[in-house]
This record gives sequence, structure tokens and C-alpha cells, in this order.
Amino acid sequence: MINRQEALGKDEAAVTPRPPNRARFLVLVSFFKNKKSAIGFVIFSLFAIMAIFSPWIRPYNPSATEFLPLQPPSWHHLLGTTASGQDVFSQLVVGSRVSLGIGVGAGVLATVLAILMGMVPAYLGGRTDAIFNTITNIMLVIPGLPLLIVITAYIHQSGTWSLIFVLGLTGWAWGARVLRSQTLTYVRRDFVVAAKLAGASHWYIVMHEILPNMLSLVVANLMFGTLGALLATASLQFLGLGNPDAMSWGTMLFWAENGEALLNGAWWWIVAPGAAVALVGASMALMNFGVDELSNPRLRQALQYSKAMAKAQASGAGRKRA
Amino acid sequence: MRYVLNRFGFLVLSIWAALTINFVLPRLMPGNPAQVMIVRYKGQLTPVALHALELQFGVTHAPLWQQYLQYLSHLLHGNLGLSLTYYPVPVSQVIAQSLPWTLGLVGIATIISMVIGTAVGIYLAWNHGRFWDNVLSTVAMFTAALPYFWLALLLLYVLAYVYHWFPLAHAYSTGLTPQWRLPFILNVVRHAMLPALTIVVSSIGGWMIGMRNNMIQTLGEDYMTFAEARGIRRWRLMFQYAARNAILPSLTSFAMSLGFVVGGALLTEMVFSYPGVGLQLMVAVQNEDYPLMQGLFLIIALAVLIANFIVEMFYGRLDPRTRQGEGGAYS
Repeated sequence: MINRQEALGKDEAAVTPRPPNRARFLVLVSFFKNKKSAIGFVIFSLFAIMAIFSPWIRPYNPSATEFLPLQPPSWHHLLGTTASGQDVFSQLVVGSRVSLGIGVGAGVLATVLAILMGMVPAYLGGRTDAIFNTITNIMLVIPGLPLLIVITAYIHQSGTWSLIFVLGLTGWAWGARVLRSQTLTYVRRDFVVAAKLAGASHWYIVMHEILPNMLSLVVANLMFGTLGALLATASLQFLGLGNPDAMSWGTMLFWAENGEALLNGAWWWIVAPGAAVALVGASMALMNFGVDELSNPRLRQALQYSKAMAKAQASGAGRKRA
Repeated sequence: MRYVLNRFGFLVLSIWAALTINFVLPRLMPGNPAQVMIVRYKGQLTPVALHALELQFGVTHAPLWQQYLQYLSHLLHGNLGLSLTYYPVPVSQVIAQSLPWTLGLVGIATIISMVIGTAVGIYLAWNHGRFWDNVLSTVAMFTAALPYFWLALLLLYVLAYVYHWFPLAHAYSTGLTPQWRLPFILNVVRHAMLPALTIVVSSIGGWMIGMRNNMIQTLGEDYMTFAEARGIRRWRLMFQYAARNAILPSLTSFAMSLGFVVGGALLTEMVFSYPGVGLQLMVAVQNEDYPLMQGLFLIIALAVLIANFIVEMFYGRLDPRTRQGEGGAYS
């Protein structure tokens, strides 16, 4: 009984390990009722729509150099033109595909790896857990951005897929640690023991009994993974380590820096892609606030912040400084 | 004692992992990047140097384990090879030249950011739910989502290009020679202000929110209620009782970030052409100077790993609970 009470405090879903459809629907409703997550969702959807329908939204060919160079924003060119006379708005629209694709792709990959490297060993316990925990800790302390720079420098102008792969492979450790410590609190719970006695396989127990209880953590992990990957891609591409010919927000910044946008006073060329990255990043953080408030009832009453949030914040800051 | 040994074992293991990553990466990559580099520098280097490079990056027919042992023994002797960009300057010398700039700039900026951020965090936690708490928490969330090199570019544009308050790039004016004289030091300080400002702006939110969240946790503890009931003065309650206990995790991240200082604020240094470790890494990448790149990565990784070890030693002293089991829950 005590266990149950704790579970209630930590995670609503824990009381009913697999909520029926109606409960799931209610969770969705409250996600959209929350002002922060609703705003975040709207911002993210706008950018997602932009990425999906980019060939129909872009007003001009983004690489056509047919306009007057370095035009400030106007009705003809919503976000001005580049030094070689390309339309910045069209570039932004077309670039959203690669930028969002890499961000979300790497976020998903990192989350899947975090589940495999964090949750599964924690459930199995013993030596497996010790080994995987050590690997996770090593990955945590090896500085991320320098490692990324070194890897992408060897690859030479890494394309979209290799960036997703590299970012996913280097970005899972923090999530694995958070998921591991949460899994450890579930391993001895009644419902897990019951499932084990009923003869369920290890895989079934991890995926169907434990994972649904930690869904909010997994979602938070997905969002922070995506945010981190988005920022890291922008940085790598800005340094010219991506493929400079593939249109994305990071490569736009790379060309702007190389075209000496600031020395020519062309602020729009720098502001537009950076603001796009910042907006998508903020939308992730906003949605995460919403998920957090959903899964943690204390947050809704008092303005108390869960440990997971504090950790996530600290990890965000840590990654940034790296 | 067991705790110390345990942590020391982890230090050795993680250093070994970093060394091995450095060794394996160029050999693992498709298209053999080292070969490309060696072909590119043929003719510019002496045959002896070329041969050394071939050994260092595995463009030989020697078995892998032999290459690996050789690589480790070179490192033990502090031999990181020769930089190709600054040929024939040894990599270790290039690093030694750029390290002081990074340590000065990023170190001081990190300390400023930590002190101000933590102080504001204490204030916010004490007044949580009020106006400034809501405003600053939201602002901090947005700054955490900003690409910070972009922030650096914007600040550079507005403060240096449009208003001319700060110089545009470099650590000191071209034409000056480094010396310990007041005019030169003032010049260095003037050049460091803007990069330092961008580092502080981009990292202060993390310190603030981290401290705030931790302190809100401690404010809810029973001993706080009891101390309040005993009528202890407000300032004493705020600092001696709450902040002192809440600051532990911040101290850990502070020591960790001192390790990250060596890695520099990579992108900030690049944006401002500040002659530190980060800029050298960029130079190495652009010139396909793999020996320099490897050396820099090793130094950066070593600094972080050793800082992490020292933190864990201190932490064992400060918080006895960590010595028994998992330190994970407190990081």
C-alpha cells in the first residue's frame, strides 16, 4: 500500500500501469489545456508543417542567385536576401527539413539507446547493470562537443544520416542515467513481481509493465534529446562540419558568417536561422514543462519542481558549456 | 578507502576509454581520413615526419596491437606528435600557448556566472512563485534553448560593430607585444569583456535554475520548518540553513565546469577569434591537422576526467551518504 501511495505522488499512471484509452485521452486533453505545453505544441507544429510542405511554401528557389544581394527584409523578400542574392525566407523554409529531421531523428535514436542502455540493464541487475552503468558514466564524462567535432572532422562534410547517427550515438548517456535510476525504483514493485510470477518474459516486463509508468520521463528525454541535437547540429554546421551544400539552418549561419554578413550589416541573414533554432528549442522546453506538470501533481498546486526537471536543466547547462 | 579506490579505478578506466576512442576513431572511419591528410601534406614534410605520421594514424601494415602499444608509449612520454599547421612545432607547444588564454577568459567567466547565478537562484527560491521568479525562470528557459554562438554573433554585431563599445576580435590589439605592463593588461581586459559577457549570459540560467530548484527542495524539509518555528532570524535561515545545504549539487557542477573550462567555450572563441584552445581546435579541423586535433581532444578530455575525480573525492568528504552507495542521485 505504501508503495502505491508513493507511486501516486511520483507518477499518476503508476496506479494503473496501463491506462485504458479513456485515461489516455484525458491525459492528452490536459496536455493541451496546459498553457505552456499548448503554446509549445503550436510553435512546433508550425515548424513541422513548414518542413513537410516546404516545396509548396517556399516563394522562390532557395539556391537561385537571381535577386539583388543583401536586400533588407521587404514584401518581396520577407527576410531579405543573402550576399549572393538568394532569398533568405526560402532558404529558411527549405532548411527546416534537414534541421528538424536531424534534431528529431537524433532525439529518437538517443532515447531508444537510453532505454536499451539504461532501463534494460537496470531491470536485469547484477553484473550486467554494473557494466552498462560504467559505460554510461564514461560516456557522461567524456566531453561531448569536442568529441562531436573530432568525429565529424574525420567524416568530412557529414551528411544528414551520418549526423543523426553520430548525434544519437553520443547523446544517449544522460537519458540512460535518469531512466536507470527510475527503473531501479520499480524493479521490486508488486506489479513487476506479479508479472514475473505470471511468467512474462523480461522484454515484455520492461516494455509493457515498466516503460508505460515512466512515459513522462521518456518523453522529457526525447524532448531534451531533440533540443540538444538541434543545437549541436546548428553548431557543427555553423563550423562547416556538415555538408555546406545541404540547405539547413546551421549551414545558413555558416554561409552568413563566411559571407561576412555582420560586417555588411546584413543582420537579417544571421537573425533568421538562429531565431528559428531558438524558437523550436523553446517549443521543446515549453512542451516539456507541460509534460512535467502533468506527471507531477505537486507542480500543479505549489510551484515545486521535480528532481527530474532540475536534472534535465543541469544537463542542458552542462552540455552547453562542454 | 574503498570509495577512493573505486573512484580511482573509474578515473583510470575513463582515461583509458578516452585514449582508445582517440586511437580507434581515425582507423574506423570510412575512406581513411589519415591517408587523405598524408597525401595532402606530401612534399611539404620531410620523409621522417611523414613516416611518423603514418605510424601515428595507422597507415602502415604493422598489426593493430603493435600500433596501439606504440601509441600508448608515445603518450606516456608526452609525445603528441608534430602539428601540421604550424609545422614543425610540436602539438604540446601549440596547446601550451593557447591554454593560458582559454583558462583566463573561460575560467573567470565561469566563476562570475556561477557566483551571480547562484545568488540570484537563492533569491528566487526564497521568493518563489512571485513576479521575478516567474519572469527569470521563463527567461532562463529561453536562454537554455538558444544556440549560443548565435547569441555571440548578435552581441558582436550590436555592441562591437554598431556601437563600437568593444573590439571586434582577438585577445589584444594587433601590433602590441604581450608583456606585464598596465596598458597591455587593460587592452587584454577590454578584448575579453565581450566574449566573457556571452559566456556569462549563456550559462547563468543553468546556475540560477539549478540553485533555485535545489533550494526549493530544501525549503520543504522538516528541519526548515522546525528552525522557523524556533524563531531563527531570516538571514540565518536563508543562508545557514537552506542555501548551505542546497548548494552541494551546484558545487559539483561548478567543479565539473572548471574541468570543461580547458575545452574552452569552443564556439565563443571561434566567433571572437580568441586565441585559445577552442580556436586551435577549429584551425586543426579546417587544415585537417589530425595530430593537433587529437592532442587537443585528449587535453580537454583529461581535464574533465580529472576534475570529475577531484569532485568525487571532495564530495565524499562533504556528503557522507555518497560514500556508501550510488552518487548518481545527487549529481
